[in-house]
Amino acid sequence: MEGALIVLAVFFGIAILLALILVGIYNGLVRLRNQVDNAWSQIDVQLKRRHDLIPNLVETAKGYMKHERGTFEAITEARSKAMGAKTVAEASQAEGQLADALSKFMLVVENYPDLKANQNFLALQEELTSTENKIAFARQNYNDQVLFFNNKTQMFPSNIVAGMFGFTKRDFFEVENAAEREVPKVSFS
Amino acid sequence: MWELIRANKRNSIFLMMLMAAVLLLLGFVIGLAIFGPEGGFFGIIIATVIWLVLSLVSFSSGDQILLAASRAQRVTHDVHPQLFNIVEEMKIAAGLPAMPKVYIINDPAPNAFATGRSPQTASVAVTAGLLARLNRDELQGVVAHEISHILHRDILYVTLAGIMLGGIVILSQVFLRGMFYSSMTGSRRRYSSGNQGGGQAQIVMLVLAILAAVLAPIMAHLLYFALSRRREYLADAGAARLTRYPEGLASALEKISSDPAPQLASANDATAPMYFVNPFKKKGKMKLSDLTSTHPPISERIRILRNMSQGASYQDYSQAYAQVTGSKSIVPAAVLKQKEQVPIREGRAEPTKAERTQRQLHQVGDIMRKVNGFAFLACTCGLNLKIPPNFKADTVQCPRCKRTLDVAAQRTAQTAKARSS
Repeated sequence: MEGALIVLAVFFGIAILLALILVGIYNGLVRLRNQVDNAWSQIDVQLKRRHDLIPNLVETAKGYMKHERGTFEAITEARSKAMGAKTVAEASQAEGQLADALSKFMLVVENYPDLKANQNFLALQEELTSTENKIAFARQNYNDQVLFFNNKTQMFPSNIVAGMFGFTKRDFFEVENAAEREVPKVSFS
Repeated sequence: MWELIRANKRNSIFLMMLMAAVLLLLGFVIGLAIFGPEGGFFGIIIATVIWLVLSLVSFSSGDQILLAASRAQRVTHDVHPQLFNIVEEMKIAAGLPAMPKVYIINDPAPNAFATGRSPQTASVAVTAGLLARLNRDELQGVVAHEISHILHRDILYVTLAGIMLGGIVILSQVFLRGMFYSSMTGSRRRYSSGNQGGGQAQIVMLVLAILAAVLAPIMAHLLYFALSRRREYLADAGAARLTRYPEGLASALEKISSDPAPQLASANDATAPMYFVNPFKKKGKMKLSDLTSTHPPISERIRILRNMSQGASYQDYSQAYAQVTGSKSIVPAAVLKQKEQVPIREGRAEPTKAERTQRQLHQVGDIMRKVNGFAFLACTCGLNLKIPPNFKADTVQCPRCKRTLDVAAQRTAQTAKARSS
């Protein structure tokens, strides 16, 4: 009788301990997932900001750059494609294209000294540079968080809990072309 | 990164307990010396009260006191878009929960500091001299250093240490001055003690207490300085990781160290560890200053940053640190265990030219005037007039072409614009 009671107590003790561990892992996974979502929303905010800046920029520059219709069209097209993107993979591709088009545009701007002296344009340029930086930094932060989260969902023992409650691996926000992050080199020839 | 914050929290608690022990022991010994065998308890109470008062003051309004003491003025995006943008960029990179408040200090000495107990209520302040001298990448490096302090919870750590240090200094100062004063005037109590044995014990206690009161502040100071220097290195490492561009910070440090501007007017001993570089200029050559400085030598900080050739992670900083100083790593081991690939990016900002620096200095001057409520008036002869807020007349004569200009209209237009934005 005594022995059976002890076995029962030990059994219950182990069950409670396991339940506690389970709850701990589950909460940790939820926290990480929320951090990933939050980091993604940061990128989203900055991408929207970039989309909002572009019409202003094009409008200001148009008057000075009469012969650069192709550049403007590339930007506008890339912008509308980026705004229509649905998934992370789609968005990263379209935003890569938009960033490409913008960096080409900034390269062309160097040939128009009048435009570069325009206060309004300078202010827009600072905003654009900063938005590009913010996107890069937000992506950096997002990828860090995704790495943490993915590690947790794939490593033992948290992968068991992740499988039970449907925590699936997230995509990284990759940039298609590594060179697009670099702002064009200035050359006065 | 999380390991670093956790290690910092652990260190904070350990340090707090250590300094609390020193403080209480000091109170106990002093109490014994002044009030006799039963006075130890009383001394502990006094020490606790001093510590509580200091903690309450610095916790409730420490950051406000610091900002007010350095005469920092809060700015918005409109006043200095670039600074505001850079702070926001670093906030995003660090994943802070809230945007830090941005302040400018009207001082020609290039420097910066961060304050605020938690990442939710943090502030970043930079001097006008810093804004005038640095390009975008360099400013980003400095701001990243300050944001790293916020991210690593250094401010809480340094504040806690500062409170303990302050408590120890106040207690021993009060005691030593009291002793000095009573020995000058001749305390009645000491000579009237009839019991020989008790008197002797009292004298031994007194000598012990004086020794403790002299040594405790020195020990606390050295502890505080060592801790502060370590935080600076770690913040440099954090800045390199956030910006992925150690050269920006290195070149900012180089510019600041070669700057001829006088030292920061509003800094003092207590606030020195908060700043980006030591606000006190070295007088002459002092080897001892290495041990009693709140900041590591700038040249060493630059060399470490420039030695980071492989990447911008904490591991890379730790390697470069070991290469330059020859001593073992300052980065906590738990952080080093996490291998991460952090590539260094290319620089973006244009190189600084002398005339550009001049123009930036001009702009910063105008920014400070705008913040301080100056009105700006452009005369048709091309002269720009800056009207101070205490100028009450409605018209002013242009000093070059003697035209009469309308100040009142300009002033109302500017306030209307400020309100709408």
